[in-house]
Amino acid sequence: MLKTFPKGGVHPPENKISAGAAIETLPLPTTATIPISQHLGAPSAPTVKKGDKVKVGQIIAQSTGFVSTNIHSSVSGTVQKIDDSIDASGYKRKAVIISVEGDEWDENIDRSPELKKEFSLSGPDIIKKVLENGVVGLGGATFPTHVKLSVPKGMKADVLILNGVECEPYLTSDHRIMLEKADEIIVGTQILMKALDVKKALIGIENNKPDAIEVFSKLADKNPGIEVHPLKVQYPQGGEKQLIKALINREVPSGGLPIAVGAVVQNVGTALAVYEAVQKNKPLIERVVSLTGKSVKKPANYLVRIGTPVAELIEASGGLPDDTGKVINGGPMMGKALNSLEVPVTKGTSGILIIPELEARRRPVQNCIRCARCTQVCPMGLEPYLLMTLTQKSMWDKVETNHALDCIECGSCAYTCPADRPLLDYIRLGKTTVSKLIRARKQ
Amino acid sequence: MNKLLTISPSPHNYGDDSTKKVMYGVVIAMIPAMLVSFFYFGIGAVVLTLTAVVSALVFEYLIQKFILKKKEVSITDGSALVTGILLAFNLPSNLPIHLIIIGAFVAIAVGKMSFGGLGQNPFNPALVGRVFLLISFPVQMTSWPKPGALTAYLDAETGATPLAIVKEALKNGESFSSITEKIPGYADLMMGNMGGSLGEISAIALLIGFAYMLFRKIITWHIPVSVLGTIAIFSGILWLVNPETNADPLFHLLTGGAMLGAIFMATDMVTSPMSIKGQVIFGVGIGVLTIVIRVFGAYPEGVSFAILIMNAFVPLINAYVKPKRFGEVVK
Ligand code: SF4
Ligand code: SF4
Repeated sequence: MLKTFPKGGVHPPENKISAGAAIETLPLPTTATIPISQHLGAPSAPTVKKGDKVKVGQIIAQSTGFVSTNIHSSVSGTVQKIDDSIDASGYKRKAVIISVEGDEWDENIDRSPELKKEFSLSGPDIIKKVLENGVVGLGGATFPTHVKLSVPKGMKADVLILNGVECEPYLTSDHRIMLEKADEIIVGTQILMKALDVKKALIGIENNKPDAIEVFSKLADKNPGIEVHPLKVQYPQGGEKQLIKALINREVPSGGLPIAVGAVVQNVGTALAVYEAVQKNKPLIERVVSLTGKSVKKPANYLVRIGTPVAELIEASGGLPDDTGKVINGGPMMGKALNSLEVPVTKGTSGILIIPELEARRRPVQNCIRCARCTQVCPMGLEPYLLMTLTQKSMWDKVETNHALDCIECGSCAYTCPADRPLLDYIRLGKTTVSKLIRARKQ
Repeated sequence: MNKLLTISPSPHNYGDDSTKKVMYGVVIAMIPAMLVSFFYFGIGAVVLTLTAVVSALVFEYLIQKFILKKKEVSITDGSALVTGILLAFNLPSNLPIHLIIIGAFVAIAVGKMSFGGLGQNPFNPALVGRVFLLISFPVQMTSWPKPGALTAYLDAETGATPLAIVKEALKNGESFSSITEKIPGYADLMMGNMGGSLGEISAIALLIGFAYMLFRKIITWHIPVSVLGTIAIFSGILWLVNPETNADPLFHLLTGGAMLGAIFMATDMVTSPMSIKGQVIFGVGIGVLTIVIRVFGAYPEGVSFAILIMNAFVPLINAYVKPKRFGEVVK
């Protein structure tokens, strides 16, 4: 029996059509738009101004607090301006806009392809390096990695969990790096283990990636302490809490963090970025992005410099299909619909998904038939139909006592509902309102 | 690349289930029982089913169109069809047409629409219709045509149901073992060769429908199993205590509306609890009440009342029995 998380979950069509496409390097953009807030937490402070010359890998915005990180130029050229640009959520945010000239890298970056296995840095030094190089969680949440590695006083991690689940339909960027950068990921894992001072790392990979499981099982045999666990395909297994439950059967308490049960979860992409940061001195300036969709001419996985407009990826794959209805930053379950194709790729962009017109629109909402399916599939054990009704009635205290804040916004409820009710829309509204009320209460 | 893009929050993909598929799935699951009723009750069963279904649909349409003045009338969603068939399943096959129409009207207008339509009603609409008829027209509602009266309709030969026969005999002081020859054997009870409401007679056909609904994941097993399990255990205890004055559990399971109620009426999504734990409580409640009414009450059959009574408790159950949350901090 393959492991999985026991409560709730759905199995949407996997549609991993770009899984077979090897990673290709996308040509440099002519202009790079690098937002100063690409991570969860405080936006970074720009350290360059209009007219400055920058090199690849040079810091252009500095961390402004503990939960924040550095941002580096992904290209070489001249800073055109620092101005508002539309980000993936449709908000205007400050970005450093650079006209690209040549491709000159910072000399401290080791660009050789050789695998560098040995490392001698101490735990705290690793964490410093990770912060310096602007590494954040690459699974989508973009939580600064150094924060996750700095275990709070009085707590202790005993296991590192590496997330190679990639449970979102369509997306294949993690799958590809697991096939093509496996050695680097293993070294990255060892570095993370050192930083956390743990002896054990578990890599969870869903069973729909047998090739990746094979590659990693072989490597794990040679590297004591690292284990590979194939998992039954089930969405949202990539959610931290679900993955921890599936692998080590510990339940992160409501409102708590994984460290409360002694676990730290990192994405495989993050492990690769940590390897590059620590071993090669290379900041997080590029990442692998899947460009996919049923009507896309050439579904692909591109190695893309941060700041490249989404439009350039689409061009490289044969242009926007005629029947396009929606362009999504991320996967179909949790991704964000883009309102402009000029939006840049950021640290959190794992894929761009193009959905045809026919599937882009929502179906008409019908009456709730109280079938309880939303409740059955909710991995957090919530009652989505109830949270929606309570939100509609503005009964915020009840929304709170029914634990809306536990919702991980996985979308399983809305996906499943036979009456096509926009459950998650309302639950989000409920969550935001309740958080505001709680903050107001604390003041 | 100047194309208008659709913007909406996640998720961006949807499962292919729909209210329609759920409802028509239930309809398909009812087909075996329907065929058995046609086989045993003939023309009467066909007339009854057609009348109930057509009038349920017509009333749903008229009310939505002219009273609620809805722009889009949703009679194709299958829910009125389910109610119509379920109502027919709960009536004797020789019921006069005008009573069927009255029953359908009460089911749809009072049982469903007065509460706001699909999903809003606390009580199972078909049962509201049936119980209304039972109380208002007790004579017509309890004269059951004997199976095999294929071409007879209103003039079919009638008799009592096995449950009524046993209840009457036990009241008169006869022992359960001595009256077994008055009632059909267990094989006949399984197949449906007995007097009764249209859809309740054949345990086999109902179980096939149950299996189909489980397979399609329309319902879970919890409600039917807890209803039937409770009936078996409760009546079993009574029977063990005194086998002379009590019917055995198999008899209770196979007669009356036990199977129909457990599989198709109690599982009505709208009127049953949302959590699995709540569903089990609901099912146990129905089982207990059914036997209490059958054994100690005035009526020979108690499934409909038991379900309606438990329907009334559903909001309470939903309020207090919550699914177990992930990472629940035990205080
Ligand atoms: S899944 Fe949809 S129809 Fe079913 S109970 Fe939840 S909200 Fe209602
Ligand atoms: S309520 Fe939240 S956690 Fe539960 S299924 Fe819906 S989106 Fe996922």
